[in-house]
Amino acid sequence: MATAAVPTSPAASAEPVPVRIPVREVLPWALFMGVLALFMIYFVGAEQGATAMFSGTGVHEFVHDGRHLLAFPCH
Amino acid sequence: MMRKLLVRGMLTGIAAGLLAWVFAYVFGEPEVRNAISFEEANSAPEPMPDHGGHGGHEEEEVVSRDVQSTLGLLTGVGVYGIAVGGLFALAFAFTYGRLGAVRARATAGILAAVGYVAVILVPFIKYPAQPPAVGAPDTIGKRTALYFGFIAISIGLAIVAAYAARQLAPRLGGANAILAAIGGYIVAAALIAVALPSPESVPEGFDGTVLWRFRIAALGVQAVIWATFGILFGVLAKKVVERPQVALAA
Repeated sequence: MATAAVPTSPAASAEPVPVRIPVREVLPWALFMGVLALFMIYFVGAEQGATAMFSGTGVHEFVHDGRHLLAFPCH
Repeated sequence: MMRKLLVRGMLTGIAAGLLAWVFAYVFGEPEVRNAISFEEANSAPEPMPDHGGHGGHEEEEVVSRDVQSTLGLLTGVGVYGIAVGGLFALAFAFTYGRLGAVRARATAGILAAVGYVAVILVPFIKYPAQPPAVGAPDTIGKRTALYFGFIAISIGLAIVAAYAARQLAPRLGGANAILAAIGGYIVAAALIAVALPSPESVPEGFDGTVLWRFRIAALGVQAVIWATFGILFGVLAKKVVERPQVALAA
C-alpha cells in the first residue's frame, strides 16, 4: 500500500491523498474531550448505580430507561 | 481543524441520540414495561430490601414512569450520543490518513463498524444488556466494573489489532493483514471473555421472549447510533479534512 508523496498527475491531485492530522495537534483536544465524554458517559451509565457522586436516586431514576437500553448495568 | 471535527462529532451525536431515542421508544420501551410488570408482580409478596433506589420503583417514585420513558430516555441517549460523538471525532482524527488511501467518508464508515463491534457487540456477548428485574442489585458494583473493564480491554485489543494490521500489510498484503488482525482480535477477546466471571442472574419465571426482545432492542439502539456516526459524521468531516486543493488552484 504505497502512497505517492507527491501527486504525479492532474488526475492524482483531483483525488487528494488523505493528509493525516499530526498527533501533537490532536492530543490536547483528546485530553479535553476524553475527560468531558467520560464524565458524560459516567453520569448516563453509572452514577448512583455502582458508585455515586451525589446522594439520592434522582440521576439514576431519570436516565433509568436510557441506561438499561444502552446496555449499561443499571441495578 | 480539531475544534471543527469535535463540534461536528457532537452534532452527529445529537442526531444519533434523537434517532436512537425514537428507536428505543418504539422497540425498547414495551419490553422495559413488560420487565417492570414482572418485577412488580414478583416483588409484591415479599418486599425487597431497598438497595439505594431500586426499591422505590413502585412505592415512592422519584421520577415517574412517563418521564423515565420519554424525557429521561431522551436525556440518556442524547448525552450518551454527544459523548460518543466527541470520542468518535477523536478516533477519526487519529485514524484519518493513517489507513493508506482511505478517505474521510470511508474512514468514518470503517471506524463505526469497528467501533460497534469492539465497543458494543463483543462486550454485549459477554455482558448483555439487562432489563429491569434482571441482575441482582448486590452485584451491581462488580457487574459495572466488569462491563466497563471488558469494554476497555476490547478497545485496547482492537487498537493493537489495527496497529498489527498496518505493520503486517507490507509482508502479507493488505487483505491478509486485516484478516490476520481480525482473527487475532477474536481469539484474544474470546480467551479473556472465558476467563472473566459472568454474574448473571435471570430471576425464575422471567419471560425469555421479553429478555430476547429487550436485548435485541438494546443492540438496535446502539446500531442506530453507530450507523449515524458511520454515515453522517463522514459527510460532515469530509468538508473539514478534505480541503479542495484543486478547486483553489483551478
